[in-house]
Amino acid sequence: MTVLDIRAYRLRLPNTARPVLAGVDLTVGARETVALVGESGSGKSLTSRSVLGLLPAGAATEGTVRVGGDDVLTMTPEQLRRLRTGTAAMIFQDPRAAINPLRRLGDFLTESVRLNGGLSAEAATARATEMLDAVGLPASVLGRYPGQVSGGMLQRVMIAAALMGDPALILADEPTTALDVTSQAEVVALLGDLQERFGTGLLFVTHDLGLAAAIGDRVYVMYAGRIVETGPAEALFARPRHPYTAALLASTPRLDGPRGRLAAIEGRPPGLRDEPVGCPFALRCPLATSECTRQAPELLPVDGEPGRRTACHHSDRTGEATADA
Amino acid sequence: MRSPDLGAATRSKGEPPMRRTVLEVVGLHRAYGGVRAVDNVSFTLAEGRSLGIVGESGSGKTTTARIVVGLERADTGRVLVHRRDRTERRRGRVHRLARAREVQMVFQDPYLSLDPRTTVGAVLRETLRLHFPDADHPRRIAELLEQVGLGEREAGALPRQLSGGQRQRVAIARALAVEPAVLVLDEAVAALDVSVQAQILNLLADIREATGIGYLFITHDLGVVRCVTDDVIVMRHGRVVESGPTAEVLARPSHPYTRLLLDSVPGPGWDPRSIAAARRALSDSP
Amino acid sequence: MTAVLTRRSGLGRIRTARAPLHRICLGFVALVVLAAVLAPWLAPDDPNAVDLGDALAGPSAEHLLGVDAAGRDTLARLVTGARTSLLGPLGVVAFSTLAGVAVGVTAAWRGGWLDSVLSRSTELVFAFPGMLLAILIVSVYGEGLLAPVVALAIAYLPYVSRLTRSLVLAERARPYVEAYQVQGHSGLQICLRHVVPGIAPVVLAQATINFGYALIDLAGLSFLGLGVPALTPDWGRMVFDGQSAVQHGYPLSAVLPCAAIVLTVVAFNVVGERWADQVARRDR
Repeated sequence: MTVLDIRAYRLRLPNTARPVLAGVDLTVGARETVALVGESGSGKSLTSRSVLGLLPAGAATEGTVRVGGDDVLTMTPEQLRRLRTGTAAMIFQDPRAAINPLRRLGDFLTESVRLNGGLSAEAATARATEMLDAVGLPASVLGRYPGQVSGGMLQRVMIAAALMGDPALILADEPTTALDVTSQAEVVALLGDLQERFGTGLLFVTHDLGLAAAIGDRVYVMYAGRIVETGPAEALFARPRHPYTAALLASTPRLDGPRGRLAAIEGRPPGLRDEPVGCPFALRCPLATSECTRQAPELLPVDGEPGRRTACHHSDRTGEATADA
Repeated sequence: MRSPDLGAATRSKGEPPMRRTVLEVVGLHRAYGGVRAVDNVSFTLAEGRSLGIVGESGSGKTTTARIVVGLERADTGRVLVHRRDRTERRRGRVHRLARAREVQMVFQDPYLSLDPRTTVGAVLRETLRLHFPDADHPRRIAELLEQVGLGEREAGALPRQLSGGQRQRVAIARALAVEPAVLVLDEAVAALDVSVQAQILNLLADIREATGIGYLFITHDLGVVRCVTDDVIVMRHGRVVESGPTAEVLARPSHPYTRLLLDSVPGPGWDPRSIAAARRALSDSP
Repeated sequence: MTAVLTRRSGLGRIRTARAPLHRICLGFVALVVLAAVLAPWLAPDDPNAVDLGDALAGPSAEHLLGVDAAGRDTLARLVTGARTSLLGPLGVVAFSTLAGVAVGVTAAWRGGWLDSVLSRSTELVFAFPGMLLAILIVSVYGEGLLAPVVALAIAYLPYVSRLTRSLVLAERARPYVEAYQVQGHSGLQICLRHVVPGIAPVVLAQATINFGYALIDLAGLSFLGLGVPALTPDWGRMVFDGQSAVQHGYPLSAVLPCAAIVLTVVAFNVVGERWADQVARRDR
């Protein structure tokens, strides 16, 4: 069952030369972990925020973003509130910035379901205790303030809060970036367990390729507001079919990679004031030809590899790029 | 635990003999209230080598770096650069400038470590005027900018007009302008995108080769440590738990905490559940 | 910048994002300043020329805004009065801002016991209502503009120094200050060359707001008969002199300077508030 279905989604902001999101197609099924990978400016955070209807002021949208069958972009404020309370929930990157430091954690956990979900105070507190238990925290946390708990614990409280409304979809926007690498492992393990137990779909937004490869069932790679490649995690990282994915892998310092100089990608991603014609990666791509600067490639299936799609005119030659790097 | 004299370990591998020790840290202690932020930390850095300090938050690696640079005071212990003790902070302009010429620093946040109101060229000029008032400033500024991969256009720009990677390059140029013996990089690439990070790491490698500066690289990222450092020390709760040549420590860690750190890096065969269990087991033991 | 400017509640609500009001106020401020500067050439008559025969007459061709109880031309007095009415607040703001910045920067930069001493002293001054302090000093030193200006400047100093102190504390915590220290610059150099210019916009916005309040306070003092000597054309003084005129049913000579005070203060406030908003937005 598909809990999230984004089709042909375009997002335009005022005073920019190119659309911030230029045609995103993405699906997440129940019990599935989908990783959305990209660098800053790729549009990955905006995509995840769009799922909850958190659009910046003046945004113009096209396409559909369906959560559980209903299009978020055409929802009334009342419907949006119901969506955010019960159907989909978000875990933010920095728990200290996302939780009000002046209120107790119990208030933070129960507020949403009390105000919008129609639960009484007792029922809400009971559910909060249950969720805290699910994330491995004692009920005493309810009475504490954010400043009294560690970053890892706070992130777990945020996860508990996300689960309060029994969502079908969880959106995690770089949830472990602000944490230590050992806390990261704990949080990831927790998310995996909860997914199995509650059957939720998880969209995990990150810039960390290694993490995406390790936890995702499927991976989407974004660049300059587009999906440039998608497929099963293992296959995608073992044999990337888009030069950007290959270059990104080659420039990441890894424990099992070669030492010394990294194969850095020259240049920078196109800013919002640049209007790229053709493929947005063409200027930095080792495989670029004149066709690439003329015609933007479509996201097309790859022969012989089910579930994989890539937006490149020369996807058959990406093996050469990785060999050179 | 391996010997803290890393010079000896490298010499045995047929490296060029007798590199001078440029930085020596002996028995640093620093406590805040009851908490020991830095607990008996000692290490050495040889000329032209790169030493990584790895740890998580609360390990004391940042405090150690700040003590070396001079932004914090140690309770006890000494920091020597070219055998001169910098921990006794003598006042006065001459001593202040001399200390600056020993150790410089590149900070983590590229957005806040530059004055938002000063242009790039002006930043470098300030530094040169302070340390080398008689030098040919325009020529030197152009040299420094070229060394970090920037040009004329960036010289007249304000920090807010530059990207994160460009700002870090400016910060590196500013540190190099002083011509220090040691450069401390405090998570200098942590706030950058992966592709930009790769560019900056390559740049740092080039600079080290060209100038023979010693690097003290503070980071939590083991991938970066592997890429960019010759030797490494691992810190936890203020103490050094393991040290040695990077390749060896990462391939054959002897301390369980180092092993936990290595296992925590996502990669093939990653099992977050067993890591979580190992972490809990480790935190139960001191 | 998280430091919040001191704005008194009533006037502080006259805030606007819409440009026309701001532009009108800016224009009015310019008008008043111009009148003050060019007063001797703009005034139609000698502001102190007494014409008792014409006392309390209404507006006429000769006296565009009428005359006051002593037969002096109201318009001339208004225009000339702009001088003293603006000069006083200027003195208050200039002194309080300079001294306040010095105290605030020293307290925040050096910290420690110096900070404690300076902060506690300024808090003492806070406890005194500005007007009372002014009245006290004037009663000791007698008439003249200098005494109330100095008194009010002392009363306003804590507002500026407290603002400056919190701004400097925030700036000091920013990594670029540490970066300069590592580079080898001395604390004083960093403070004067980087921190002070950085906080200047906010402090100046507060100074503009303070100007308006100083105007009210000084006019109030003049109204009470303290401050400027009897014959000086000064808006506050004119209101004081016009009390009898109001009682006789010819309010113009008192109402007009009142209106002038109110409009000028509002205009300065709107301009200052807008500047403060812009500065706050820019720093985000």
